[in-house]
Amino acid sequence: MSKDNYIIEVRGLVKKFGFKTVLRKIDLSLKKGDLLVLFGPNGAGKTTLIQILSSLMLPTSGKVWIAGFDTGYDREALHKVIGVISHNTFLYNNLSAHENLKFYGRMYKVMNLRERIEEVIGLVGLRGYMNDHVQTFSRGMQQRLSVARAIIHDPLIFFLDEPFTGLDQHGVEDFKQILKKFRDQGKTIVMTSHDLDRGLELCTQAAILKSGNLVYKEDVSNISQDDFKDIYFQHTGEQKMPVYVY
Amino acid sequence: MTFIQKVWAIVWKDIASELRTKEMLLSMCLFSFLVLIVFNFTFDTGLKNLRENISGILWVAFIFSGLMGLGRSFGVERDKGTLHGLLLCPISPWGIYLGKMIGVFIFMVVMEIFTLSVFTVLYNINIIPFLLPLGLIIFLGTLGFATIGTVFSAMSATTKARDVMLSILVFPISVPMIIALVKATYIILWGGAIQEIYPWLKILIAFDLVFLLLAYLTFGFIIEE
Repeated sequence: MSKDNYIIEVRGLVKKFGFKTVLRKIDLSLKKGDLLVLFGPNGAGKTTLIQILSSLMLPTSGKVWIAGFDTGYDREALHKVIGVISHNTFLYNNLSAHENLKFYGRMYKVMNLRERIEEVIGLVGLRGYMNDHVQTFSRGMQQRLSVARAIIHDPLIFFLDEPFTGLDQHGVEDFKQILKKFRDQGKTIVMTSHDLDRGLELCTQAAILKSGNLVYKEDVSNISQDDFKDIYFQHTGEQKMPVYVY
Repeated sequence: MTFIQKVWAIVWKDIASELRTKEMLLSMCLFSFLVLIVFNFTFDTGLKNLRENISGILWVAFIFSGLMGLGRSFGVERDKGTLHGLLLCPISPWGIYLGKMIGVFIFMVVMEIFTLSVFTVLYNINIIPFLLPLGLIIFLGTLGFATIGTVFSAMSATTKARDVMLSILVFPISVPMIIALVKATYIILWGGAIQEIYPWLKILIAFDLVFLLLAYLTFGFIIEE
């Protein structure tokens, strides 16, 4: 960890795809226990930022340290302390829920794997589907299993890219409870979201990414939800959805 | 030990996944069977023709069928979006490479056992007396092919014309190995002295080692992004 005790530290991060600059000089610091939600319109660079933070992509320039590990060099050590959930579930369709978790548990060298699998599968509400093949699961069930996959090794830091995608209302509520639990346990979470209400309900910090620039970042205790929404629409140029009363 | 356990977890996952569908093994075995059948009709098993061509026929069946398996090795991971999940695991790219390569090797060996069985019946050749040297050659050839193929499978998985690209990349580089395999198999099948295959064996061993080393050095860059 850095001298300032930041668990996530990003300095001068730039990402280019060919001639297109997707992220421009991003600086970001988060302390242990922070839950940052990154808001931004489509194409703002949210997914790219999450992929770089989780070391799935290398920055064009700049540095990223996660829990003291340089994402460009210490990937193996870094992967032990992070969990990633995205709209892509990273699950093998031909394998059962149990087999998927067994595979990832083995890769992370999880102790008492059998008990841990039962624990996490219970946490996401799929205990009755343990031996069913993933290809028979609905999108929402796959996303729940993806959550179980990401937490199987009890990571310190989570990177969540639109994690509510495909979840039904019940699934959303369950997942919010899981996130709150992690936040209370002092885990650090970085999440992207389009949904302002849902994101603001969970986060301790909110940031706005627009056209690759981090245009705003603030502790949510310093600002009301309505004020943040005004700031968001101001920065992104999006229009507030009109409320129709019938 | 942990490294080996993780590599084995990848192999186990690939085998378990394949055993559910058997898509790859069935298509590989069916393709090799068809190759043997087609050549059997084409060359009208006259002894002279057979002597000259039979080892080539065997390796055409092995390599073209193996290529079908190779294409799926990383292609499926990329298509299903599981490659990122694999890359996020705490294992070096070399470990991922070894896991995938061993998986390809095992699938190819299963296909080769099937192909050899059909081959002995269709071409009326008793391979029992020279099973050991032939097995050694097949082992080295399969290892070499899986070694190169896994590298290029990862490379071509991002391209749109994945299967075509894989063939274009794999075959030119495999030419020295294929020549060595065909020559050594020819000597073995037609009762040549074991010493005669030593030069070809040396080429095969060198080929396998060089490409394993190259994979070790380059695979991290290949699967990045």
